Amino acid sequence: MNKTVNQKAWFFVLPVLLLVAFNAIIPLMTVVNYSVQETFGANTFFWAGVRWFGEVLQSERFHASLGRQLFFTFTILIIEIPLGVAVALAMPRKGPWVSVCLVSMALPLLIPWNVVGAIWNIFALPDIGLLGRMLNGIGIDYNFTRQPEDAWFTVILMDVWHWTSLVVLLAYAGLVSIPDAYYQAAKIDGAKAWAIFRYIQLPKMKRVLTIAILLRFMDSFNIYTEPFVLTGGGPGNATTLLSIDLVKIALGQFDLGPAAAMSLIYFLIILLFSWIFYTVMTRNEEQ
Amino acid sequence: MELTWMAWTWPTAAFFGFIALCLIAMTIRELTVPGGAPRHGILGLDTTRGDRLFISLLGSGYIFLAWLGLVGPNLWGALAIALVYAFCVFRWV
Repeated sequence: MNKTVNQKAWFFVLPVLLLVAFNAIIPLMTVVNYSVQETFGANTFFWAGVRWFGEVLQSERFHASLGRQLFFTFTILIIEIPLGVAVALAMPRKGPWVSVCLVSMALPLLIPWNVVGAIWNIFALPDIGLLGRMLNGIGIDYNFTRQPEDAWFTVILMDVWHWTSLVVLLAYAGLVSIPDAYYQAAKIDGAKAWAIFRYIQLPKMKRVLTIAILLRFMDSFNIYTEPFVLTGGGPGNATTLLSIDLVKIALGQFDLGPAAAMSLIYFLIILLFSWIFYTVMTRNEEQ
Repeated sequence: MELTWMAWTWPTAAFFGFIALCLIAMTIRELTVPGGAPRHGILGLDTTRGDRLFISLLGSGYIFLAWLGLVGPNLWGALAIALVYAFCVFRWV
């Protein structure tokens, strides 16, 4: 039977296309336009060519922010993915505790990002915060507002607290979708817990874990609000991630040209990683 | 409609015009030869012609950035490399 080709269906996509054009494509075009010009306000622009791109690419400040961003992103991925899988494995699959666990896991995800930053700021303050006072009370010299290592520890701990739940929920969804027959076969073969995890659970979770890694990568690479509210990028520039640095250049210094060039480089980095993850994900599906 | 806030310039307009032309050309090609010409390329990826255009544009962006960072602001060399790269992508990837 021949398949009927009906291209009219594309017209149904038109409203979405218009919406995306207004909220994404037009601003992106404007950023491209700004990235090749210098402005002193009042809509007065002077052609600068690719100068801002060259400056950003050779700037130590950009290299440092990018390095911090990559360190942050890969650190939280290394912690959150195994931790999320471990928690999902420990969660019950049947019974009344399933709902309790799922709701508890979902709670951090429901809190607005700026509130998460504020909660952790108060929680970690060395003089009045529960965490800060407790750590100092047991003899650890902890002050996230003054010591860069402590600021990093707090920012990473906050992200792990906020976002591991997402990995847990995705991994759990992958786990509950495994039919009992697999476990019964493993039991007959006398498989140990590690073998069940390695040869049944992990392969079945591969797809959801790829989605989890992609989502966490994208989110953490774009992160702004939580670390900004918690540390403001400090002490000094210790926790100034790429997005915080970008906002400082664009809105703090009002250097729109360099900020636009930096945004486009930032965009290309995210686009490349997203494409790699998407390709890996769709290849897994095909296999 | 007032568009000065978008700060258009001829080079950036030409850049977006080129992207738009690529998309129109791809649409016409898809209407004349439907199916996207899927292929298993040398990178081991299954790509359609839309994927190949995306890989060409993204890779070209990186070629230009690398040239700017390593060589300098004269971008003709980068353009030549990007064109060769795009040809290779459409031919073999």
